[in-house]
Amino acid sequence: MMPRSLLLVALLIPGLGSATEAQHVKASGAWIRLLPASLPAGGFVTLSNDGDQAVTLRSASSAAYGSVMLHKSSTDGGMGRMEMVDSLVVPAHGKAELSPGGYHLMMMNAPKPLAVGDKVVVTLVFGDGSSSQVGFVVRPANAVDGG
Amino acid sequence: MIDVRMKPYLARLSLLMALVLACLGLAACQHQDDAAWRLVQVTGHMPDLDFHLTDDQGKPVSGKDYRGKVVLLYFGYTHCPDVCPLTLAQLHVVMQRLGPLADNVRILFVSVDPARDTPDVMHAYVNAFDPRAIGLTGSPSDIEALSKRYRSAFTREPDKGDGNYEVSHSSAIYVFDQEGKARLLSTPNNPQSDMVHDLHLLIEPGTTP
Repeated sequence: MMPRSLLLVALLIPGLGSATEAQHVKASGAWIRLLPASLPAGGFVTLSNDGDQAVTLRSASSAAYGSVMLHKSSTDGGMGRMEMVDSLVVPAHGKAELSPGGYHLMMMNAPKPLAVGDKVVVTLVFGDGSSSQVGFVVRPANAVDGG
Repeated sequence: MIDVRMKPYLARLSLLMALVLACLGLAACQHQDDAAWRLVQVTGHMPDLDFHLTDDQGKPVSGKDYRGKVVLLYFGYTHCPDVCPLTLAQLHVVMQRLGPLADNVRILFVSVDPARDTPDVMHAYVNAFDPRAIGLTGSPSDIEALSKRYRSAFTREPDKGDGNYEVSHSSAIYVFDQEGKARLLSTPNNPQSDMVHDLHLLIEPGTTP
């Protein structure tokens, strides 16, 4: 009887011992390049995945911005271009960098003006629907990195 | 008879040879001089700095207004959330690394999106990056004339329906000397130190940075 009930418990709790995608991802060096007026701002962060499975960043949102989109900049062939991307994969035991000139969050339509030094909470949503909240530091326009 | 004719021919040939050797010598010197620059040299391949636009104070300006300064010309637009701010932030770092010499340099940020980039918008924008940056805007035809002059390209992508649109644009920085002559071209692949190095050479020729 005993072993059978234990088996039942194990079957009733799917995913026992396996964490969500969000639990495997550590965010670091998160910052936003603040531009004057209500111009769209770039959000940057390094995501590290300590899990055995790749994790997918699906979307992001923040109360401080009306819209947050995942974008990718490129300067292929001497032309500066931007495109919207659906997702960004963080490889197993690897990193994905959202950094100036590459992948970034495009943060638009802030309902209230932000100031340098503010901390903006951004919710990152992953492939399995799990999410994590990351604090982004607001940095001046002419910053070249997270400081 | 033949010998008499041969002599002036040989003389001319040796003169020609001397000229060729002299040219080769000059070319070698020229080449050594070229080697000092780290950015792409465009001297003689691009026209002098010339335009008629409006600066971020709302004042009409022309290329001649910036004679006496080394000019860094860059095309972009303020709604560009990543590459343009990155380039301007990097130019700010270059200016900081130049120290007091930066007073001899002006960054001219030309908007390829004049519909949204008014002088006021441009003023707030460029000053967020560097006090020596000037925002230039103008009529679409004047901006097109300037970008065509330097074979720079930009295209406005279709409106996504919410009034927002992207602009693809050339990411090169054109460097002009104090006389307004096009001298160098910097691309995103050039490290900042290349720009700092070459600006030193332009501002203070003969010094080793």
